[in-house]
Amino acid sequence: MNTENNVKTLIVKKPLKLDCGKTINEFPIAYETYGSLNEKKDNAILVFHALTGDQFVTGQNPITKKDGWWSYAVGPDKAIDTKKYFVICANVMGGCMGSFGPSHEDPNTGTAFGTNFPVITINDMVNAQYNLLDHFGIDKLFSIAGGSMGGMQVLQFISNFPDKAKTVIPIACTSSHSAQNIAFNELGRQAITADSNWKDGDYSSKNTIPNKGLAVARMAAHITYLSKKGLQEKFGRKLQEREDLKFGFDADFQIESYLRYQGSVFVDRFDANSYLYITRAMDYFDLAKQFKGNLSDAFRATKAKFFIISFTSDWLYPTQENKDIVIALNSIGANVGFVEIESDKGHDSFLLNVPDFLSALKNFLDKSYTEN
Amino acid sequence: MKNEFQVIAELIEKDKKVLDVGCGDGILMEFLKNNKNTNIRGLEISKSKVQECIAKGLTVIEGNAEKDLKQFPDKSFEYVVLSQTLQAFLNPELVINELLRVGKKAIVTIPNFGYWRVRLHLLIKGTMPITKTLPDEWYNTPNIHMCSIKDFFYFAKSRNIKIFKSLAINNQNVSIINDSNLTIKNFFADLGIFLIEK
Repeated sequence: MNTENNVKTLIVKKPLKLDCGKTINEFPIAYETYGSLNEKKDNAILVFHALTGDQFVTGQNPITKKDGWWSYAVGPDKAIDTKKYFVICANVMGGCMGSFGPSHEDPNTGTAFGTNFPVITINDMVNAQYNLLDHFGIDKLFSIAGGSMGGMQVLQFISNFPDKAKTVIPIACTSSHSAQNIAFNELGRQAITADSNWKDGDYSSKNTIPNKGLAVARMAAHITYLSKKGLQEKFGRKLQEREDLKFGFDADFQIESYLRYQGSVFVDRFDANSYLYITRAMDYFDLAKQFKGNLSDAFRATKAKFFIISFTSDWLYPTQENKDIVIALNSIGANVGFVEIESDKGHDSFLLNVPDFLSALKNFLDKSYTEN
Repeated sequence: MKNEFQVIAELIEKDKKVLDVGCGDGILMEFLKNNKNTNIRGLEISKSKVQECIAKGLTVIEGNAEKDLKQFPDKSFEYVVLSQTLQAFLNPELVINELLRVGKKAIVTIPNFGYWRVRLHLLIKGTMPITKTLPDEWYNTPNIHMCSIKDFFYFAKSRNIKIFKSLAINNQNVSIINDSNLTIKNFFADLGIFLIEK
């Protein structure tokens, strides 16, 4: 994975104490920006990516040559209008697009960290990214936004830095990973570590890649991002380039072929150890637990305006889990709006062209900005 | 803005924190925000209406008054407004209790089933009344718990709910309802507005 060239990197000099107890120094945070920061520096939006996202939010991703993961939502005249706002997104710590992660070289061994990389948390991720505010001289962000794990980072960020954002948009997320969430992540991790090419995480020095395990992890996860209805409508029992069943184990059905394809393209852009570390960070996320079980206390110090969005067909982070955040905010009289968007595209709805979602996001941001 | 909202807005002092339950497309919220500097929140069951509110820059939560009021702490709003929705709830008494728990005061408006046109419709035609404020047929109306101004008055008394002000609206005319004119107002008003507290 050549990520050297098109990647902007901030080397964070300030030591960062991680939740696991270790302290890291001089670590890289890879980021990308869109639009321009105005003179008052009050138009910045920090976007947080999900499990397999990266800093390349929109336009062509220079590494994969594909559209950025939030191209429907971010860009000129789009919901997050880059003509108006300065959008910043960093690759999360533990990731594989240039930020400090398990594929980085361990100075002690001269090879990749692999599983010697410290276990990181959502809290560590946002603490690391906070350094970008100092880097750009931004005192207060206009907004922070993200879906899925991005939404978890949004919640953690405003909890850690209550006066650093005016508006807060957690989308299709949760304040604590459920048993079902952990179960699916564990399935993915087991698929990776069961691949004989994984080599206890030391595959890079042995010149192997646990492609098969990572692909299976992606396939399983991908199913959780879609809804039953969406899958049925798109694929049903349609056959893949054949007239009839072949009585074998090739991909007879289109859905099989689709999943295999999703798995195969994923391994070209994602690192297996990063997948282990980031899913672990998600599983460890429990914001209420950080506040002795009272989620409201996570938000007591902030005056920010919240807008929470969920999707009807999202069964991975269902509406009720999003509503629990709304309830925690209402119980302390916080300024919070909430809408559940009708969509049959499942958890992935926030990444896709769902007009009701995109218009709600745009209207909330633009109206809040004029009240600035 | 409809007359009813003008009357509601006049009952609300400036700079207060208000919750509009069943806020619809946010017309009243917008007026209060702009003219009374109200710190206003809305609760609305319809997704498309919530979208309209967001487009107006209003803070609205998609939800159902019967289930979702319980998340608000006691007396967390100075006023809670419920406009012409009470009759649509499965359990209006529970909703009234919730309004009075969440709000220091509540403003409740009801389409008056004691209105003479309603009475006449049933008397002459012998079918369920259809009027300007009650436009639906019996089989598709959301209004399952209709009451008259008199009913609401008696209900409040029986539950020790204090009525600070009750107003009758008949077309553009707004008048005060009291114990002595209750029977007449209940006949001539098509809408009742109550400012209550418990």
